Amino acid sequence: MAEVLNMQNIFKSFYMGEEELEVLHDVNLTVNSGEFLSILGPSGSGKSTMMNIIGCLDVPTSGKYLLSGNDINELDEIELGFIRNKEIGFVFQSFQLLPRLSALQNVELPLIYAGLSSSDRKQRAAKILDRVGLSDKTRNLPNQLSGGQQQRVAIARALVTEPTILLADEPTGALDQKTGAQVMELFEELNHDGRTIIMITHDTDIARHAQRVVKILDGNLTEQGV
Amino acid sequence: MLLESILMSWENIVKNKLRSFLTMLGIVIGVASIIALITIVQGATNSISNQVSELGANKVTVTAMGTPLKQGLNEEDISNISKVGNISGVSPTISGKTGIVYNGKVIENVAVQGKNDVYFNMDSSLLKTGRPINILDLDSKNQVAIIGNDIVNELFYGVNPLGKELMLNGTTYTVIGTLQGSSGFSMGSNNESVVIPYTTALRSLGVKNISSLDVFLEDTTLADDTVTEIKGVLNPAFNYKDNAYTIFNMGDMIESFESMMSMMSLLLAGIAAISLVVGGIGIMNMMLVSITERTTEIGLRKALGATPNRIQLQFVIEAIFLSVVGGLIGLVLGGVIAYTAATLIGTGFSISISTISLAVGFSGLVGIVFGYMPARKASRLNPIDALRSL
Repeated sequence: MAEVLNMQNIFKSFYMGEEELEVLHDVNLTVNSGEFLSILGPSGSGKSTMMNIIGCLDVPTSGKYLLSGNDINELDEIELGFIRNKEIGFVFQSFQLLPRLSALQNVELPLIYAGLSSSDRKQRAAKILDRVGLSDKTRNLPNQLSGGQQQRVAIARALVTEPTILLADEPTGALDQKTGAQVMELFEELNHDGRTIIMITHDTDIARHAQRVVKILDGNLTEQGV
Repeated sequence: MLLESILMSWENIVKNKLRSFLTMLGIVIGVASIIALITIVQGATNSISNQVSELGANKVTVTAMGTPLKQGLNEEDISNISKVGNISGVSPTISGKTGIVYNGKVIENVAVQGKNDVYFNMDSSLLKTGRPINILDLDSKNQVAIIGNDIVNELFYGVNPLGKELMLNGTTYTVIGTLQGSSGFSMGSNNESVVIPYTTALRSLGVKNISSLDVFLEDTTLADDTVTEIKGVLNPAFNYKDNAYTIFNMGDMIESFESMMSMMSLLLAGIAAISLVVGGIGIMNMMLVSITERTTEIGLRKALGATPNRIQLQFVIEAIFLSVVGGLIGLVLGGVIAYTAATLIGTGFSISISTISLAVGFSGLVGIVFGYMPARKASRLNPIDALRSL
């Protein structure tokens, strides 16, 4: 299977005034196309930083990160924008839908930055909303949707650019157990269809939905058999 | 991509209607005052210039104070000046006051003006009825008169004055014409005067010298050269004495008046421009508030693939949008104010394209200048911090 993500000796430090705070310590990770990976760790373990680096929102202090063959360290802000648009589909804990836009418009958003025409965008957004089971809610504003529905809109938005990796940060964190389970079902289906998924969570039960789980603790990543 | 940014900006402006309106108000007031001030001043300038031009922008007036030896202009001077180039005609004026009598009715102290044929040739609207003074009248010093409107009303009420004879300074004159009544503001109102051939006037009014001379120009742009040449004729005639005569160039006066007025409108516009700058600061302030409010949105957009340029473009467009819409509202408002003022004052109203483009261009510029800094700030937001701020 093709390798989509390769991290070698990733270190990440933050500076709190004079004090250096090491958040990631010598992280090595490889993810192949079609994998469903969970990164499991408690809060403060460095998993958010891990997610930011994987999602190209942040760059490591040292080490090599290849995403679909692109060396992230060598890219500038503009190129990183394009990479995020093309390679990564973000799913956030708090959905992060724009409240003024309808479900369809929210899903269209990444396609605007991809430079697609209005008609292409609408067509693709409608198709993907249909895929997540919301074909009858395209015109609804986020506040007219339930939490589960909102998260499915967010997943549709993440999928609409056909990204290399679906990157989810605590996707069930703001949902009750039942809707959370439905979202996880959707993830499993998507993975079954061949989508590569990386999910960051602190919840062992949620992590178990993935085929492969890595644990992160105090900045150290360890592989874990399921 | 530009269209998307414009649509997004529009949505944001519409969402915060009151705030957007208040922000725009500074620009509206600035642009409205610029448009109104410039238009009002221009309208006033034009109508005053036009009125002055009616008195003759195509002529220069020579007025002789004289010297002890030569107390005014004479016929020789007129014929010498006529030989100067770029002159289409010379019209002397001899002024006097006398009483006139017709049919037992008397008017005292009537202004009598001695003129020639050129005076009437240059302005065909002078004559209401009858015929003008011609060369024959001048040569033979005919005792003919052309009378003003008020005199017609006073002496010849209900009677056709043409061909009637009236007494002027003890001599009989035949009325050959009447002058067009002039109304309102006009320096040379002829309503109460009598015009006779200047040669006749020299003989019968007891005036020996010609006090002033209107020299009509063929090409007003060469007025300065012509004035110099006329001086070349008159200086020897007055034996190079100072202050023997003055030459008044109407075109010069209009020019200096217009340049004064345009200075004034520039000054006023400059003051109004200050309010545009204040308006611009208002826009900057609103943009900064808006960016703080939308930090999460900016972070999200960046996560979804918006490049910094893209974010910056959107906010700059939003600022331009605010200021240009404000500018357009100001344009309409300023136009209405100027129109109302022009109607009240009674001057002409016309907004020039250059005024419009100045106002709209300036407000657009304000948007760019004051939108740039906040937009740059937005584009530099770190997406991680921005997303975390929720």
